[in-house]
Amino acid sequence: MSEPIADAFQIWSYMSQQPLLWLCATLFAYWIGEILFVKAGRNPLVNAVLIAIVLLGVLLHITGTSYETYFDGAQFVHFMLGPVTVCLAIPLQANLLSIRKALIPIMAALVVGSVTSIVVALGVAKLLGADQVLLATIAPKSVTTPVAIGIAEGMGGDTALTAVLVIITGTIGAICVTPLLNLLRVKDWRARGFAVGVVSHGFGTARAFQVNDTAGVFASTGMGLNAVLTAFVAPLVLHLFF
Amino acid sequence: MLVPAFAIILLFQLVGEVISRALHLPLPGPVLGMVGMVVALSMIPKLGEIVTPVAQGLLRYLALMFVPVGVGIVSSLSTIEAHWLAISASLFLSTIAAIGLGALTFVWVARLTGGEADE
Repeated sequence: MSEPIADAFQIWSYMSQQPLLWLCATLFAYWIGEILFVKAGRNPLVNAVLIAIVLLGVLLHITGTSYETYFDGAQFVHFMLGPVTVCLAIPLQANLLSIRKALIPIMAALVVGSVTSIVVALGVAKLLGADQVLLATIAPKSVTTPVAIGIAEGMGGDTALTAVLVIITGTIGAICVTPLLNLLRVKDWRARGFAVGVVSHGFGTARAFQVNDTAGVFASTGMGLNAVLTAFVAPLVLHLFF
Repeated sequence: MLVPAFAIILLFQLVGEVISRALHLPLPGPVLGMVGMVVALSMIPKLGEIVTPVAQGLLRYLALMFVPVGVGIVSSLSTIEAHWLAISASLFLSTIAAIGLGALTFVWVARLTGGEADE
């Protein structure tokens, strides 16, 4: 007969290596984040993703679990990024007409938003002493994660860090967009949604859908278009800086 | 209709993935799958009836799908610590500037081209 404590330890060491535990933890962490978000009156500062990341980060740290072990479980959630991207076609198709009607403002805002994001990001980073690898890592940060990783890889950046910077950019955009555009007195939901989609990809899109459906549709359009544009523009701008 | 909807969504992603790799496109499979789905939905209205309920359920949890990658911050903490000022200033300023200028550009050009919002 073994001691109960030794048993508990054995169960823990088994479970902590299994995908089930960290898959479960990921869903609960996000759930807690969403509950807090709703409790805070849907305040964008109380971001469910950010809360989930902090909770899980602390949990991994306390239990001494490696990110690789965590990801073995969380990959099932991560995998859903692909199908959910395909699903963006549904709101996009439903609003094809209003998007087509706004084609010229869309193209203008796409180029300005995308280029501003890359040039300001690389300019500021270089002024503050970033090297070329870090610049290549930062350049695609406004683009949805799978595309950003591909772009960073092509330019010799650190892809794991790029993924993190993409998340941070998304969070900053989702938190700042409402106060910022209120301050600038932009009332057109199409403009508000589109700008945040271009710069803050899926996070901005998720935030835009919370506020207004039109904004959400234009945000997903912006996210999709910027994924294409950044793939071409980011390497060009990086050349200008080196 | 969960399984048929899921099967169709995954099929579009799969086809997108194959095309992306075969033609060495800079766009990843899911984005091509999305483009393909937009075209297919316009041509086959029945497709929307099958896919839409499941798609809306998934889209409601779009933000959740970013958590696993986001937790990766724990393994990048040392790089971030070494360059925290460059990274945070760069991300913050570029995000604010690009959202502001992007939205203003949209409004200005919409006014110039006479395509103001409907409401």
